[in-house]
Amino acid sequence: MTPISLIQSTAETLMDKAAIEIPDDYLTGLKKAAEVEDGDLSSFVLQAMLENYEAAKEDRRAMCGDTGCPRWYVKMGNEAQVEGGPCALETALRRATANATNGVPLRPNRVHPLWRTDHDNNVGINAPEIEFAFEPEGAWIDLTTVHKGGLFGTDYRMLFPSDGLEGIRRFYLDTLIAFGKRGLACQPAIIGIGLGGSKDTCMVLGKRAACLRTVGDRNPDPKIAAMEEEFIELGNSIGMGAMGFVGKSMVIDCHIEVGYCHTGGMQMSMHAFCLSSRRACARIHADGRVEYRTDPQWFTPYLRRETVEWEGLSVAAE
Amino acid sequence: MTKPRKIRLSTTPSPEDLAALKLGDIVYLDGLMYTAREGVYMRALEERANIPMELPRDSAANFHCSPAATINPDGTFRMGAVTATSSFRFAKWIGEWLEKSGAKLIIGKGGMAPEVYRKHFVPHGAIFLTTVGYGTGALLGRGVENVEAVHWREELGLAQAMWVLKCNEMGPFIVASDLEGNCLFERENAKIAPGYAALYEGTKPAVMKRYGETDDRSDEVIG
Ligand code: SF4
Repeated sequence: MTPISLIQSTAETLMDKAAIEIPDDYLTGLKKAAEVEDGDLSSFVLQAMLENYEAAKEDRRAMCGDTGCPRWYVKMGNEAQVEGGPCALETALRRATANATNGVPLRPNRVHPLWRTDHDNNVGINAPEIEFAFEPEGAWIDLTTVHKGGLFGTDYRMLFPSDGLEGIRRFYLDTLIAFGKRGLACQPAIIGIGLGGSKDTCMVLGKRAACLRTVGDRNPDPKIAAMEEEFIELGNSIGMGAMGFVGKSMVIDCHIEVGYCHTGGMQMSMHAFCLSSRRACARIHADGRVEYRTDPQWFTPYLRRETVEWEGLSVAAE
Repeated sequence: MTKPRKIRLSTTPSPEDLAALKLGDIVYLDGLMYTAREGVYMRALEERANIPMELPRDSAANFHCSPAATINPDGTFRMGAVTATSSFRFAKWIGEWLEKSGAKLIIGKGGMAPEVYRKHFVPHGAIFLTTVGYGTGALLGRGVENVEAVHWREELGLAQAMWVLKCNEMGPFIVASDLEGNCLFERENAKIAPGYAALYEGTKPAVMKRYGETDDRSDEVIG
């Protein structure tokens, strides 16, 4: 049984880490981009960002003044048990979010959409988002927080099978160019693409593709992996770089996730995880050990399963 | 690849200082700067409240920003990271604000439309400095030596209040418009645009269009 106090304290540490420490995979990706970037202004921007990550860590202050919208992804092994149950866990995560907003400090970004009420703690109706998933084995709990920034860089479109791959390519370019101008998307970004599902699933898949997979990770379907690689190239050949200046660094990585959809449609969503690609994770083991990491390991074979049954799950329905 | 020039500039710059700046120059600021965005503009311009600072004597630098900061129980401030907010949204007030405040430096995210520069900035001898990244919040936070005051905090709330910041080599910022109203982003867009045709070669418009892609609302958007 995992004590709720351990969940809350771990979550508070994660809030701090996410806001301040750029994940290594993104940092390595950005350094590579900085090496090949030859646009004079774009290149200056990338260098300034690299200095900024260092300054954030040295001073222990948030890397970006817009600290985004903190959200949570919780994954549990099938045998995990939380003291007080799932509602206590949700409360612990809301508390951690509020405490860290004051502690780091973060910007209290979350307001009511109509009345603009601000609780000054990033907590409110449906905020922070807390999403759950499960794995067939283990008694651990994985906590991941993502501080997603950016009002720009995200779009959805209902495409159809007759739009084909070219249609996907075109919408990809449209979104990158529209939001890349003046650097509204704060590129170079990790681009997440959701394909299929239904409209909501498509958005969720694309966002998770952007925020929960690390730079360099490829989709297990070789044909989708090839598309990801092609799209990195394509995005970086627009002629645009950081802040929309002449350059060649728009995309640090591209991740595509799919979900089975209605036979008539081919939904597509685009998401950009910005220059402050903030995510932090921890595994809380049943014995109380906590291991911190930056790879959420969200997309597992189990989460991408296609079949009815899953081997290894032994409880059979009568 | 030529390296951009780096220049230190006062937040009460002389016309000569400003005339020497070229699009794409990198600027670091010294002196007092204040944050003002929609809340301050509405209060000062629409509600005609008295501005609680002597402008532009104290500062001619208006920052479109809400800092990640908290006010301690003892009334002191804790400043975290500092990042600008997108400036194009403030076009509605900027002409009147330049007139009233005498601001010479508008500092924000992503610049404003070229027409806004020509119509409002040029006659007031003002230029636009954009933040960099735009995620360089930790670097900018370092450049804030002190929070001198927070005005209109009760009236407008923390995010919209007028924060008066003492800057010491605060930056980097990039010169996004000059005294003639030239626009850095417009120049860059024009350099990139010729490549679009080749990029889109072989693709065709989506089977189902959306309003906005056609101005004809009688269009069935299929096609
Ligand atoms: S999009 Fe990202 S880098 Fe840009 S201002 Fe927002 S959080 Fe910062």
